[in-house]
Amino acid sequence: MNGFLVWLNSFGSPEKFHRVALRFEPWLLGLALLVGAVGLYLGLVKAPADYLQGESARIMYIHIPAAWMSLFIYGFMAFSGFCALVWRFKVAELMAMAAAPIGAGFTAVTLITGSLWGRPTWGTYWVWDARLTSELVLLFLFFGVIGLYNAIEDQRKGARAASLLALIGLVNLPIIHFSVNWWNTLHQGNSINLFAGKSSIHPSMLWPLILMALATKFWFGASLLARTRIALIEFEAGKEWAQTALFGPRRPEA
Amino acid sequence: MRKGSVLSAFFGVMRRDALSLWRRRADALNPIWFAAIVVTLFPLALGPEAAKLARIAGGVIWVIVLLASLLSLDALFRADLEEGSLDLMLTSAQPLAVLAAAKILLHWLATGLPLLAITPIAATALGLSPKALPVLLTSLALGTPIISVIGACAAALTAGLRRAGMLLSLIVLPLVVPVLIFGAGAVEASLTGTSTTQPMLFLAAGLVASIALGPMVCAAALRLGNH
Amino acid sequence: MVRQGEPIFGPLDFDLHAGEVLLIEGGNGSGKTTLLRVLAGLLSASEGRIERNGVVSEDLTTPVGFLSHALGLRADLSPIEQLDFFACLYGLRPGISAMGALKSVGLDGFEHMPVRRLSAGQRKRCALAALLHTANTLWLLDEPYANLDRDGQILVDRLLEAHIARGGAALITSHGLIEPTVSRVRRMRMELAHA
Repeated sequence: MNGFLVWLNSFGSPEKFHRVALRFEPWLLGLALLVGAVGLYLGLVKAPADYLQGESARIMYIHIPAAWMSLFIYGFMAFSGFCALVWRFKVAELMAMAAAPIGAGFTAVTLITGSLWGRPTWGTYWVWDARLTSELVLLFLFFGVIGLYNAIEDQRKGARAASLLALIGLVNLPIIHFSVNWWNTLHQGNSINLFAGKSSIHPSMLWPLILMALATKFWFGASLLARTRIALIEFEAGKEWAQTALFGPRRPEA
Repeated sequence: MRKGSVLSAFFGVMRRDALSLWRRRADALNPIWFAAIVVTLFPLALGPEAAKLARIAGGVIWVIVLLASLLSLDALFRADLEEGSLDLMLTSAQPLAVLAAAKILLHWLATGLPLLAITPIAATALGLSPKALPVLLTSLALGTPIISVIGACAAALTAGLRRAGMLLSLIVLPLVVPVLIFGAGAVEASLTGTSTTQPMLFLAAGLVASIALGPMVCAAALRLGNH
Repeated sequence: MVRQGEPIFGPLDFDLHAGEVLLIEGGNGSGKTTLLRVLAGLLSASEGRIERNGVVSEDLTTPVGFLSHALGLRADLSPIEQLDFFACLYGLRPGISAMGALKSVGLDGFEHMPVRRLSAGQRKRCALAALLHTANTLWLLDEPYANLDRDGQILVDRLLEAHIARGGAALITSHGLIEPTVSRVRRMRMELAHA
């Protein structure tokens, strides 16, 4: 544990973080685009159309990875916020806050693709399905964190307050999920099981899903590093390393 | 009770807040007026058809109670912060969680309890089946303190912000979704004749957990704002 | 000490003993109030440590009497109710009643008037009465002389004198216009930090 802390702390030096992030970013972005392109090609072109839902089911190659990411990023944000609150790492604070808009973005993508898929499948853009409803509440949780962070003038104070909110939300998330499921069974009338019978998935459908799940992770990594890095430079604009990072090494005064 | 003990600090905070609430009792009643007016708006918007109103009464009352509880939340720590008495609570070395608990309890006594008291009238006005009324009241009695606890944590996080009101709703409402679901769900279950034990137990569990953890989280949030 | 990344004041090293008043002088923005808040445990210093009775105080375990520009008074409450609230938080100083404390700061006759209707000087006196009424041995007073008339300033001196005579200690700030006339005063100057 102690070694882990030391490692985190060394990573937590803004200057070092900036250097490491700058090196990894292009790789992660490249991998995201490459794997994503292959995944989309396999999913949208090569994989067979669903025999029940037809071509429209292909939207799940975006919908499902985005839904996974929305939860993953919420968890990441809360974990990062936890590190920020307990050990007061500046980088962890900014990282948690950089993750929030990305997570909100993936959540929005999940909701939009879900409703687009719902139109041909259910004949309507929105159904109060348990998963979609949970996802909607998740979006509001992200908005709360982003809103609180932006409302507090002192950046570090704001990041810590929003981190605490993210943690409260994390504790609440399984309860929300469970309650929404319970609610859906209580009102049996309009309960439709999204993606029923997914257990016996054909490999030609599984591969694009896995690739897309990987691509979204890479994308998140690249986006997170870039956002955190820029937030750090903004925050420490007056410091020498930030000046050097932006304008190159200062020449000795003539 | 010795002055300066933890217990006296708890009651000191409650007494002071109760006194200042009493001196501004017209303001303190705002959530009740709000609830009464919104209950009136529903038949006006949906039509006076008794069967329709009776069908939705439980859910409507739950949503109204939720929104009315939010009204008084953004003022929960405002006075303490502006007048500087939050600093005093911190420098007194009393456990902040205990003082926060006093404030939360008073919020419930001043908002949740009166709302609970007018619920039978609102339920009758909307024509809720009399056999569902005890279920509605029990679910509100279990659920409104949870709303006060979660709301107080959010109020502590947003204390001192200029547009705290809107942000407060944005923060609180997603977090209290389970309370609303189980509360209104219990009423729904009693109407359809299914057992209400399950949602009631979930509400009770939520209540116990919020009482145990809420004041500590609230105190942590208040400290974050100060450091 | 930094605020939003801007340094407020640089390293300071000082101590405060029982039975004395430490006067911190400095112009506007020199960080007097921030220093007081750090000492009260309301802010954490970016570096350094604070010891109380030789023990490093990480967290607040002993109460301190704290007087800031925001006096901590609730507008709708009367001075007597305020004092009761303070006593609930801090504990009572033996030998002085709330009425007695209010009388000695010249608020007799105003005991039951809401603070809202008192003047700025009278509110300050009410907060001073609260210090007198409660049991703290360490006082951190931010600009105790502000808003007070000549009599009020003499009153502050009298309170400080009595406090240190009891073995208490006080740390007070001043922008330098008013001199405390107390038997044991030490001074410390804070200069503006330059970024």
